[in-house]
Amino acid sequence: MLKLGVPSKGRLQEETIRWFAARGVELARVGGEREYRGMVEGVDGVELVLISAGEIPGELLAGRLHLGVTGQDLIRERLPRWQDRVDELAPMAFGRADLVVAVPAFWVDVRDMGDLDAAAGAFRARHGHRLRVATKYHHLVRSFFEHHGVADYQLVDSQGATEGTVKNLTAEAIADITSTGSTLRDNHLRILDDGLILQSEATLFLSKAATWGAPETAALDALRTRLGLENAPAE
Amino acid sequence: MVADRAYLKGARIGEPLSRLDAEVARIVAALGATGAVRVEPEALQPADVLLDLYGEDIRARAFTVRDEGGEMMLRPDFTVPIVRLHMDAGAEPARYVYCGPVWRRQDAGSRRPREYLQAGFEIFEAGDPAAQDAEALAVIRGALGDAPVRLVTGDLGLILATIDALDTSAPRKAALRRHVWRPHRFHALLQRYGVGHASATAARAELLAAEAAGGTQAMITAGGVVVGLREVAEVAARVSVLATEAATAPLARQDVDRIEAVLAVEGSASEALVALRGLAHGLPALDAAVDRYARRLDALAERGISPDELRFEGSFGRTTLEYYDGFVFGALPVGRDDLPPIATGGRYDALTRVLGQGAGIPAVGGIVRPEALMALMEG
Repeated sequence: MLKLGVPSKGRLQEETIRWFAARGVELARVGGEREYRGMVEGVDGVELVLISAGEIPGELLAGRLHLGVTGQDLIRERLPRWQDRVDELAPMAFGRADLVVAVPAFWVDVRDMGDLDAAAGAFRARHGHRLRVATKYHHLVRSFFEHHGVADYQLVDSQGATEGTVKNLTAEAIADITSTGSTLRDNHLRILDDGLILQSEATLFLSKAATWGAPETAALDALRTRLGLENAPAE
Repeated sequence: MVADRAYLKGARIGEPLSRLDAEVARIVAALGATGAVRVEPEALQPADVLLDLYGEDIRARAFTVRDEGGEMMLRPDFTVPIVRLHMDAGAEPARYVYCGPVWRRQDAGSRRPREYLQAGFEIFEAGDPAAQDAEALAVIRGALGDAPVRLVTGDLGLILATIDALDTSAPRKAALRRHVWRPHRFHALLQRYGVGHASATAARAELLAAEAAGGTQAMITAGGVVVGLREVAEVAARVSVLATEAATAPLARQDVDRIEAVLAVEGSASEALVALRGLAHGLPALDAAVDRYARRLDALAERGISPDELRFEGSFGRTTLEYYDGFVFGALPVGRDDLPPIATGGRYDALTRVLGQGAGIPAVGGIVRPEALMALMEG
């Protein structure tokens, strides 16, 4: 049986159901609101697994899901060398969000990552500690900063309300997901000119670690045809 | 599998382990032959010390653990632990020898070991740097015996001296020095100070015009509400730094070319001397660094290491985890792409100043990877 993981609640779930429905595949919850089982109508051999969106990358990695819908940001953050572990079957054109680096808007001297590096050096000399960047995307942000050769910064963990950390004096800058930028503006922050780390959208991923026997492969082919995705060439 | 270790199969048990033990004992004896004191630093090091020194990048390379006492890292090398031990013991001149495992995080799918042995020695002494540099390489080479390795050397002091010799502002030199170990940012800075100077200035035209008209404060106010720890005065200070930078003449083409040329010097150590002499012509600051390089070659020759047979690469040692700022060297395995450098080392005077809160001491040292050496010798 091919297991398809779909977010268990919220807007991401609604959009996912709508996306599949528009392609002739009905996803439906079985039983009551609290039950995390579902059905797939329109394709045989596919089992729906309703699961927290944040757990989908790990389940794909472990091979307990064959397919899963989650954000590209979570896959890239949670799975090192993600290209070796999952395939992107279909970007789904919703759940769009940008992971960006933002600083207080009044920092008129800081337009780009090079400025941020220079400001961090001066900040450290003056304050005695490295310039703090609040984020929950530690891996992605560290790689991005390393790529840009930024020194004298430190990451501080922020699992929510990251935009508020600057005002609360727990960070000097942030790296977070934004869809319209309005929350950043409300918190007096501005995105750096070259501060776009990643453009993310909800995506249907395929696990390379899952067991792909004949039934699962057949179900995948049927699902691909139904969804209008090209079938993978035989390997 | 469980009995395997870095580069060696089955060497955690029985006879293969005994052979490794014997090899380690031989290496440690060779490294400590000049009267070094044996030390065993802690495996767990305070994370903040390593983070303050290397920055966040170290998190991708070292294992982090924590308990209620705080965040610790498994030592990714011995340099920092030994310097801390040395400073704590009173920072008197000393020589140390050590051996133990180090731990490095690896990417998924990487074949590099997470845990491997390093046997090394460090010299903390004032005195003749050229002689000490030569001694360090000679000691390491002695410990390697007749292993098939190719010695490669470099000199970060030459790169730093080339920056000092630039005919430009002190802030630019400081910025370039700060990023010698980050080639991407280093070259972006060279670009910005050189051929990219006009466009970098044009991109800030509005800010620079405001600054010139005394309108920095108004511009900051218009920028947005003041939030966070970084104050308006700090923003204003950097705006004036930017204005000074914009008004500073761009780096001359030949100055940028000279930095690139020093980084690109390759060949035997004696061929490199000729090339470096040419590049240093008319530049006393760089010429002095080349003099130091030449004295080192003499000292190496006295120890039986011929500069004609020793390789030099201008960029060698620029991107390692270490904090080298002078002579650097490596012993690369011949014909074994699967093995890492068998030995590495160099001078790191600045590191002792940083960790000693200003009280520094000249320092040079090196490490051997005993497992890799044994794998190389046994084929």
